[in-house]
Amino acid sequence: MVPVIAWPVWIIFLPLVSGILAFLFHRRGAQLGIITALGLVPALSGLTWQLLGNGPQHYTVGGWGAPLGIDLFADGLSVIMLAMTALVGIGTTFYATGYYSPNGEGKGKHHHQDLALFWPLWLLLWAALNGLFLSADVFNIYVALELLGVSAVALVALAGGPSAVDAAMRYLLVGLLGSLSYLLGVALLYFAYGTLSLGLLAQSMTSSPASFAAITLMTAGLAMKTALFPLHFWLPPAHANAPAPVSTVLSALVVKASFYLLLRLWFQVFINVVTPSVAHLLGILGVAAIFWGSVQALLAQRLKLLVAYSTVAQVGYLFLVFPLAQGKGTGFGAWSGVIYFILSHACAKGATFFAAGTVLYGFGHDRIEDLVGVAQRMPVTMFAFAIAAISIIGLPPSGGFIAKWLLLNSALAGGQWWWAIVILLGGLLTAAYKFRFFSRAFRYVEEVPTCHPIPWTMELTALTLGLVAMGLGIIGTLPFEIFQIGAPVIGPVLIGGMP
Amino acid sequence: MSVSILYSLVGSVLFSLGFYSLIAYAHLLRKILAINIMGSGVFLILVSLAYRWPETSPDPVPHAMVLTGLVVAVSATALALALACRVQETTSSAQLPEDESD
Amino acid sequence: MRPFPAKLIIILLLMALTGLFAWAILSLPLNGTSLRTQVFANIGHSGVSNPVTAVLLNFRGYDTLLEITVLFLAVLGVWSLGTIHIPDLLQPAGLFLMALLRILLPAMMLTAGYLLWAGAHAPGGAFQAGAVLGGAGILLLLTEVRFASTIDWWPLRTLLSAGILVFSGVGLGSMALGGRLLEYPRDWAGILILIIESAATLSIGVTLMVLFVGGKPSKADGTVSMKSTGQREDKT
Repeated sequence: MVPVIAWPVWIIFLPLVSGILAFLFHRRGAQLGIITALGLVPALSGLTWQLLGNGPQHYTVGGWGAPLGIDLFADGLSVIMLAMTALVGIGTTFYATGYYSPNGEGKGKHHHQDLALFWPLWLLLWAALNGLFLSADVFNIYVALELLGVSAVALVALAGGPSAVDAAMRYLLVGLLGSLSYLLGVALLYFAYGTLSLGLLAQSMTSSPASFAAITLMTAGLAMKTALFPLHFWLPPAHANAPAPVSTVLSALVVKASFYLLLRLWFQVFINVVTPSVAHLLGILGVAAIFWGSVQALLAQRLKLLVAYSTVAQVGYLFLVFPLAQGKGTGFGAWSGVIYFILSHACAKGATFFAAGTVLYGFGHDRIEDLVGVAQRMPVTMFAFAIAAISIIGLPPSGGFIAKWLLLNSALAGGQWWWAIVILLGGLLTAAYKFRFFSRAFRYVEEVPTCHPIPWTMELTALTLGLVAMGLGIIGTLPFEIFQIGAPVIGPVLIGGMP
Repeated sequence: MSVSILYSLVGSVLFSLGFYSLIAYAHLLRKILAINIMGSGVFLILVSLAYRWPETSPDPVPHAMVLTGLVVAVSATALALALACRVQETTSSAQLPEDESD
Repeated sequence: MRPFPAKLIIILLLMALTGLFAWAILSLPLNGTSLRTQVFANIGHSGVSNPVTAVLLNFRGYDTLLEITVLFLAVLGVWSLGTIHIPDLLQPAGLFLMALLRILLPAMMLTAGYLLWAGAHAPGGAFQAGAVLGGAGILLLLTEVRFASTIDWWPLRTLLSAGILVFSGVGLGSMALGGRLLEYPRDWAGILILIIESAATLSIGVTLMVLFVGGKPSKADGTVSMKSTGQREDKT
C-alpha cells in the first residue's frame, strides 16, 4: 500500500491560487506560471504512483462523502487526462513566456494588459481542467465546465480585433447552450435518482424516461462543446483567431474535456440506457466530421484555419469509439485506442498550433499561398510541424499510428469493417491537407520573406511536443497498465495480434 | 396535477422557447436574453420539483444548485454583454456575420 | 431570419423536445429519494441552521468556491476587452436622486450586513448580501464623480480576489490541521462560514460593480491607473 497524500487537492488548487496571485501581482505572471507548471509534475507523479499502488482514488471533500458532499475521483482515465493537460500545459506556459514577453517585436508587441490578463486566465483555465478531470459529482462538473468555458472565451477575446471578438461571442453562446442542456440533464437525474454523485448514479441507473431525456440533453450539450459535426461551426473561427498559446490549449485540451465527460457518462453512468443505434449515429456524425473537416482544411487559405479544421476532423475520429466499443469483445481495444488518440492528438495538435503561431508571429501573416520557403527561416519550427503531422496523419512511429492501429483493430475484429475504411481514408485526406502547406513551406526559394526574430522558447516547445507525440509511438503499450485501472470495459487490447 | 409539476412543465416550455429564440434571431441582445430565459427555465424546474412533497419543507440541494447556477448565469451574461458591446464597436453591427465558415 | 421551412422544422423539433421533457418530468417518482434527509440529519454539525446555507457553504462548499471563481473570471474576461473611463459613464445627477441616495445607500449597506448575518438561520447569505452591496455600488458609480475617480488599483484587486483567497485559505488551512479539504472543525464551523461569507460578500459586491462598468478602469488619457512599466495605449 502506498501512503495516501491528498494529491488531487494540490493538483486543483495550485493553478487556482497561482491564477489569483497572478492577477494580484501581474508582473510576476510568467514566474507564477512556470512555478505552477513545474509544481504540477511531482503532484501528478505522486497521484499516478498512488493509483498504481492502491487502485482508483477517492477523496471526500469536506469530510462528508457522497452523496451529501462532493467527491474527487481519480482512475486511469482521469490520470491520463491530467497528464495530457500537464504536458501541453507546461509547453504552453513556456511558449507563452516567449510569446508574451514584454520585449517582443513585431507581432509580439503586446499591450501590457494582455500580459497582465493572460496568466491569470490561463492558470484558472488549467485549474478548471484539472478540477473537471478529478470531479465525481455531476453538478460540480457543471461548475467546472462553466469555469472552463468562461476562461476559454476570455482568452480567445484577448487577441483583440473584430474576428477574434466575433469568434469569442459565438463560442460563448454555443458554450452556454451546451452547459444549459447539460444542467437540465443534471436536474432530471437528481430528481429521478436523488443523488449527484457519478458512482451512485451509475449504481441506481435504470432505463426510464428521465434518464433517457437526461442522456439526450447531456450528450447534445457536450457534443456541441466538443464541436461534433454539424455543431462544429464555432470552432474554426475561435481556434484560428485566438492568440497562439490559446489556440493550442483550445484544440488540444478544452475540446477533449467535454469529450472525456461523454466517455464517462456513456461508459460508466448510462450503461443501461444507451442504445446501439445512437452509438452508431454518433459514429456517423464522426465520419461526417472527418470528411467535412478535411475538405475544409484542403480549402483553407490561412494556416491557423487549416489547423483548426484539422481539429474538427480529428474530433470525428474520437466519436468512432461509441460504435466501435459495441462490437463483441472489442470494448477495451476501442477504449484504449481512443484514449491514445486523445493523448497523441493533444501533443501533436499542440505542436502544430505552436508552429503555426510561430509562423504568424515571425512573418506577420499566415496566408498559405504566401508562405513559400518559410522552412529556410525557421527550420526547427517546420521540423516540429512535420513530426507533429506524422502523428496526426497516423504514420509510424508515432502515437497517432498506435491509436489508429488500435481503432482499426477493434473495427475489423468487431466485424464493423466500414469504420476501418473511413479511418484509412481519413488518414489520406489528412496527408493531403498537410502536404498542401508543406509543399510551399519546404520549397527552396532564392528570396525568402523577412521574419522577426523568434524567442527560442517558442521553437523549443513546439519541437518538444512534437517529439513527445513521436515518443508515444515508441513507448507503445506501456501506458496501458494505467488505462486499465478503473476502465469500464474489459477485454484484450488487440485481438488476434500482439498486445 | 400538483402545482410543482405544473411549474416544472412551464420551465421546460421556457427552455424550448429560449432555445428557439437563440437560433431564430440574429441580434446578439436577443440571443443573450434567450440564453437567460433558457437558464430561468432550468432553474424553475429545479426549484419547483424541489417541493414535490407539500407536507414537508423543500429539498435544499436544488435550491443551492439554483443559487450557484444564478451566479454562473450572471457571470456569463456579463461577459456576453461586454462581448456584444465589443462586437458592436469593432464591426458596427450587433449581429454576428452569417457566412463565417458555416 | 431563416426561411420558413427551416423555421418549421426547428419548431417541430423543439415541440418534440418539450414533449420529451414533459414525459420525463411526469414520469418522475412522486416520493423519490432525495438528499433532504441526509441534509437534515447532518445540519446540526454544519455550524448553521438554514439548510440551504449549510449545503452551499459546508456540504457542497467546493462548488461555491468554484462558482465565485467563475464570477471572478467574468471580471477578467470583461477587462480583457478594453478600457473604460468611468467618469464618462456619469450623467449629472438630479437633485432628487442625490437626496434619495443619501437615504438609500446607508439602508442598503445595512440590509447587506443583515442579509449576511441572517444567512445562518434564514434565507440569506453571501450572494444575497453581495448583490445588494453591488446594487449600492452601482448607484454610487452612476452619481458620484469623486468616488469614480478614486477607484484605485490595489484595493480594487484585493477586494476582487478576497473571496476566493479566504475560501481557499480556510479550505487548505483545514487540511493543514489534519482534516480534508474544506473540512471545518466542528466547533468552529459557524465562525468560519461567517468569515468566508463576509469576504465573499465584499468580493461579490465589488465584482458586480466592476462588471457594470464593463471595462478596465482607466484615466482620461486612456492609461490605466496602475503602476506599470512602459507606455500603454488603449486597446483598439
